[in-house]
Amino acid sequence: MVRITEGPILEEDAAEEVWGLDRGAVVTFTGRVRRLEAGREIEAITYEAYKPMALRGLDRIVSEARTRWGARVAILHRFGRVPVGEASLIVAVSAAHRREAFEACAFAVEGIKKDVPIWKVEYEKVDAR
Amino acid sequence: MSLRLLFLGPAARWAGTREVEVPWRPTLGDLLADEPEVLAPLRPHLASIRIAVNQEFAGMKTELHEGDEVAFLPPVSGG
Repeated sequence: MVRITEGPILEEDAAEEVWGLDRGAVVTFTGRVRRLEAGREIEAITYEAYKPMALRGLDRIVSEARTRWGARVAILHRFGRVPVGEASLIVAVSAAHRREAFEACAFAVEGIKKDVPIWKVEYEKVDAR
Repeated sequence: MSLRLLFLGPAARWAGTREVEVPWRPTLGDLLADEPEVLAPLRPHLASIRIAVNQEFAGMKTELHEGDEVAFLPPVSGG
């Protein structure tokens, strides 16, 4: 399952999608917006996605994870304004065993950061008072 | 006959717009060579920009048709 949505995303939604009786290992990755960006304090990051291509890119990652590790993968990526501390990306992976789950999760996160048409387009500064 | 150009991510800032219509050209290479005014500010970044036609990565020889969507995709920064 892959989804690109505006508004908060939740780990349990991703984890639910990869549940399975034979899947004994579940790994979840959450990427959150950090307070410090290049030494400056920020309030939020705005993400933009080229949605049709981004969804296909995420689908390809899911397929490859299935082929290479027998893993089931769910990816949630947020677009629009994401405040500091909130999740911009959640990846949940399940497999029969932990080695495949960890490896497939790492593969998915790297793939998302490298190959999917999504951009950070604005870093919102903290208001100077 | 026209083409729809889309500027994604930071490319919208460079081009000064998210979207624009330009006259049709036979191939992507022709479009870039003729360089409609809106593409000029993208030139310094072109080496790192990938171009998609109708949401498939394209090359200079890719043929263009009426109404095609040509998207300019800078290096990604998702996640």
